Amino acid sequence: MKKLLALLLVGAMSLSMVACGGAKEEAPAATDTPAATEEAVVEETADAAAATEITLWTYPIGNWGDQATLDALLADFEASTGIKVKVDFLTYADGDDKVNAALEAGTAPDLIMEGPERLVANWGAKGKMVDISDLIDDTDKAELNPAALAACYDASGACYEYPLVMTAHCMAINKTVFEAAGAMQYVDEATHTWTTEDFLAAMEAVNAHTGAQVGAVYCVGQGGDQGTRALVNNLYGGTFTDAEHTKYTWDDPKNVQALEKLYEMESVAFDAGIAGGDEIALFYNGTLNVAFCWNIAQQLNPNSANTGAAKTATGDDIMFMAFPSENGTDTKLQGGIWGFGVFDNGDAAKVDAAKTFIKYMCDSEKTVDAVKAANYFAVRSAAEGTDLSTIWADNEIMAEYNVLMPYLGDYYQVTTGWAEARTQWWNMLQQVGAGNDVATVVAEYCGNANAAAGN
Amino acid sequence: MNAKANSRSRKLVLRETVSSYLFLLPFLLFFVLFVIYPMFMCVFTSFFDSTMGREDIFIGFENYKTLFADKVFWIALKNTMVIVLVSVPITCAFSLWVASVISKMHVVATSAFRCIFYLPVVTGSVAVTMVWKWMYNNYYGIFNYLGTNMGLIDKNINWLGDPKYALGCIILILLTTSVGQPIVLYVSALDNVDKSLVEAAAVDGATSFQAFWKVKWPQMMPTTLYILVITMINSFQCFALIQLLTQGGPSNSTMTIMFYIYYNAFKLFKYGYGNAMGVILAIIIAILSAIQFKVAEEK
Amino acid sequence: MNNNQIIDKDATKTKIYYALSFVAVLIIAILFTFPLYWTITGAFKTGREINATSPVWIPSEWVIENFQRLMAKRSAPILGWKIGNLTIGAATIPGAIRWLLNTVFMCVTSMVLTCLTSAMAGYVLAKKRFIGRVALFSLVVCAMALPKQVILIPLLREMNALHLADTAWAVIFPIVGWPFGVFLLKQFAEGVPTEMMEACRIDGANEWRTFTDVIFPMIKPGVGACAIFTFISAWNDYFMQLIMLTSNQKLSIAVGIATMQGESSTDYGLLMAGAALASVPIIIVFLIFQKYFTKGITMGAVKG
Repeated sequence: MKKLLALLLVGAMSLSMVACGGAKEEAPAATDTPAATEEAVVEETADAAAATEITLWTYPIGNWGDQATLDALLADFEASTGIKVKVDFLTYADGDDKVNAALEAGTAPDLIMEGPERLVANWGAKGKMVDISDLIDDTDKAELNPAALAACYDASGACYEYPLVMTAHCMAINKTVFEAAGAMQYVDEATHTWTTEDFLAAMEAVNAHTGAQVGAVYCVGQGGDQGTRALVNNLYGGTFTDAEHTKYTWDDPKNVQALEKLYEMESVAFDAGIAGGDEIALFYNGTLNVAFCWNIAQQLNPNSANTGAAKTATGDDIMFMAFPSENGTDTKLQGGIWGFGVFDNGDAAKVDAAKTFIKYMCDSEKTVDAVKAANYFAVRSAAEGTDLSTIWADNEIMAEYNVLMPYLGDYYQVTTGWAEARTQWWNMLQQVGAGNDVATVVAEYCGNANAAAGN
Repeated sequence: MNAKANSRSRKLVLRETVSSYLFLLPFLLFFVLFVIYPMFMCVFTSFFDSTMGREDIFIGFENYKTLFADKVFWIALKNTMVIVLVSVPITCAFSLWVASVISKMHVVATSAFRCIFYLPVVTGSVAVTMVWKWMYNNYYGIFNYLGTNMGLIDKNINWLGDPKYALGCIILILLTTSVGQPIVLYVSALDNVDKSLVEAAAVDGATSFQAFWKVKWPQMMPTTLYILVITMINSFQCFALIQLLTQGGPSNSTMTIMFYIYYNAFKLFKYGYGNAMGVILAIIIAILSAIQFKVAEEK
Repeated sequence: MNNNQIIDKDATKTKIYYALSFVAVLIIAILFTFPLYWTITGAFKTGREINATSPVWIPSEWVIENFQRLMAKRSAPILGWKIGNLTIGAATIPGAIRWLLNTVFMCVTSMVLTCLTSAMAGYVLAKKRFIGRVALFSLVVCAMALPKQVILIPLLREMNALHLADTAWAVIFPIVGWPFGVFLLKQFAEGVPTEMMEACRIDGANEWRTFTDVIFPMIKPGVGACAIFTFISAWNDYFMQLIMLTSNQKLSIAVGIATMQGESSTDYGLLMAGAALASVPIIIVFLIFQKYFTKGITMGAVKG
C-alpha cells in the first residue's frame, strides 16, 4: 500500500537530482556534437572564449534537411572561420508556427533558410530581419539571377535574404499511361511543353483510356498551392498579381475562364480532401496520372521511400512537364527560391557571424557544396571565380530539367498580405469545386485578398 | 457563549486553512506559475490590438465586438456545438455500455479490452489520422470500397472533401479517440459499487436493469460528472484532427473555434483577436461545466 | 406468475443481452485495434506495399528498412551534458532513440509530479473546508476551459525568461500545473468516508500521516488512472513540444519524426515505424499502472 507512494517519492527525489543535470545540459555553450566522436568524454577543441556560436533553422530544402550532409558542411565552415553553427530542423507542416512563436517570445535563431515569401514578405515586413544588402556588391549583382535577387529586396530597398538556390515548379505526367492512351502525340517531349489545346486533348484521351479521373485540383490547405496557381494562370494567360506586387489580379476573366474549364473537365476534379503532398502520393501510386505539384526534388525521388528516380510505385515512367499555356512556349513557371536570412536578435557579434556564414555558403568557392546539398540550381553563374552553371552536368535528370528554367516567371509571392491571400486562394478553389458560380466566387475571394493587402 | 464558540470555530477554520494550503502548495506553485500567469496574460492581451512587429495598442472591447460580427466565428461556434452535442452523449453512453459488458468478464479479459479501447490514443494522433485518411480516401478508401460493393452508395464519396460529410467524419474519429479514458473510469466505478445494496435490490425483486439504474447509476455520479466535463472540454477543444485532416474546410464545414483561434493567432498574427476568442470559448465551457456541477450536486 | 418465474425470465433476458453485447463489443474492439495494427504492419512493409492502392493486410515481405531509415537519418549524443570544456556522454546514438528517451523522461516526470501534487490538492479540495476553497475550485475549472493554444506564446516567453526554453522542463511544468489531475483526484477523494478521517484524528495522527496512511491508499485507483492519463496526454501534447523544444537532441519523438519529413512528399514508412516505436512505452506504462485501478474504492462511492 505504501509501495506506490514510496515509489512516487523516490521518483520525485531522483528527478530533482536529474534536474541539476538537466540544468547543466542547457548551459549556454551546449553543443550538438558532430557525429564522429565516439569517446564518452571529449575535450573541446575550439577556444571556448573566442568561439561564437550561432543557430540556424532550416526547412527541409533538399539535403539541407539532412543531418549528415549539414554536419560535414558546417564542420568545414567551423574549421575555416572558428564559428560554430548549431542547426535545428523545421518541417513545412508546422515550422512557421514554431518560428512565429519563437519570434514573439525572443527565442528565434540567428539564421534561417527559406524563401522570400517568408523571409521578405512575412518576417522581413514585420521588422524581424536584419537588412543584409551590404553583403551584395556589384560583382554579386552581375552574377546573381536578377529576378531571384529582386525578390529578396523589399520596396524600401532592404534585402532580407541572400539567395542560394532556385528551381521552377512544374507538373508531371505518367508517361507510360499517356503512351498507352495515345496521348503522347500532344506532348513536346524535347522541350517538355504543351499548349492548352494539346493539354485538354491529352487529358481527354487519358480519361477515355482509363475511364477514371486523371488529375486533381487539390485544395484542402495551402500545401503545394503553387501548382494550382500556375495551372490556372497559365491555361489562358492570366496573372496572379500585378507586376508591381501591390495588388492581386487573379479575378481577371482569363483565370475565371480557366477555372470554369477545369471545373467542366471530365478528367479533372476539385478535391477539397487532399493537399499537394497527398496528390503526389496518389500520382506515385498510380491513382492519378498527372500531378500539378511537382519539381526536380520529386523527379529525383518521387516519394521519400527511395524506390527509384522518375518511376512510380508501379514502375511507370514519370515525365516532368511545363504547365500548358496558349502557345506552349509562353508558360510562366512558379519559381522556388531558397536562401538565408538573419533574424534581428540584437547581438551584433552574432549578426556578423551570421553574415560570415552567408558569405561562405552563398558566395565563395564552397558555394558549390552548399548548392549541391540543396539539390536545386544555383541562383548565380559564378561565385568568387568558381563557375556554377555546369555543376549538374553529370546528373542526367538535373541537366534535362534545365530546359524548364528559362520559363521561370515573376516571383510574386512577396506581395503584401501573402499569407492571407494564400488562404483565400484555396478556400476559393473549394467554392469553385462545390459548383458555385465561378465569377462571383473569384471576385469575392480575390477581393478578400486585396483587402488584406490594404487595397 | 455563542461568541466563544464562534471564535473557536474561526480558529479551527484558520487552522484548517493553513494546513490545507500547505497541502495545496506544490500544486499551486505549478498552477500559478505556468497556468494562471499565462492565462492572465491571455485575458489581458485580448483587450489589445496585438500583432507581430509592433507595440500593442489598447482597444478595450473592440476585439470582442469584431468577434460577434465575424461570420466565420459563428460558423465555427455552430460546428463546435455540433461536435459537442453529438460526441459527449455518445461517448458517455458508449463507454458506460462497454464498461458494463467488459466488467462482467474475467479480470484478464477486462484488462485486455480496457487496453484495446485505449489504443487509438496510444497510437498517437499523427498515425491515427494517417490511417483514417487512408480509410476515407476518395479514390480507394475502405469506406468507398465497402460502400460501393455492398450497394450502399452508387459512386465514391469524397468523405473529407465534401461539406456534407466532413464534419461527421471528424466526429467519428474523435469518438474513437475519446472513449478510452471514460471506459477505464467506468470499469473501475462499476467494480466498486456497494455490492450489498445491489444484492438487497435483487432480494426486493428488482430486475438487473432496474438494479443498474436505481442502485449502481447514482453511485457512479461523481465518475459520470468527471467524464461529462472532461469529454465536453475535449470536444470543445478538438484541434489536432482538424489541423491534420481538413484545415477547417471544405467551405468552413469543419471550422471549429479552436482551429479558428489557431488560424488567427498563428497564421494571421492577430494575437489579441485570437485571445479574445479563447476567452469566449473558456467562458462558454466554464458556464456549461458549472451547470453540470449544479445538476450533479442536486441529484 | 410468481416471483421465481419473474427472476428466471429476467435472468434469461439478461443472459441474452450480455451474449449479444459481448459479440458487439468484440467486433468494435477489433475495429479499435485496427489503427495500431495498420501502423505496426505498415512499419514493416516495403515502400511499394505502403503506397499500394488496394489494401495489403499482411506484408508479403517483412522488411526493416523503415526502421533503418528511422535510425540512420539523425543522430544525437547520448547525454551531451557540458561541464566547462568537458562533454559527458558525447557518444552518439540514433536520434530516434534519444528522442524516445527524452519523451519517456518528460512523461514519467510529468506523471510523478502530477500524481503527487494532484493527490494532495484533490484531497484537501474534497475533504477540507478552508477559506478560498470555492474560489480555487472555480479557478481550476476555468483553467481547464481555457484553450492551450492561446497561452502558448506567453508561456514560451516566460520559459525563456526563466532559462527553461528548449529544455524538458518547459514541457513538464505546464503539464503539472494543468489541473485535470486535481479534478480527477478530487472526485475520487470525495468517496473517502469522513469517519475514517475522524478516527485518525482521534488516534492522534497528524495531517500528513492521515494523508499518507489513510487517504492515499484509498484513492490509489484514482492515482493509477491519473498516472496513465497524465502520461498519455503528455506523450500526445504535440503542439506544446513543438513550440517549446528546438535542439535536435532535446526533441520529443513525435516532433523529431516530423522533422525527418521531406519537402512535400510524405514518407509513410518512416512515419509508421516511428509511431510503432513510440507506442511501445505507452502500452508498457498502461499495463503496469492498470493493476492499480482494478480494485479499491471508486470516486464518490457510498457516503456514510
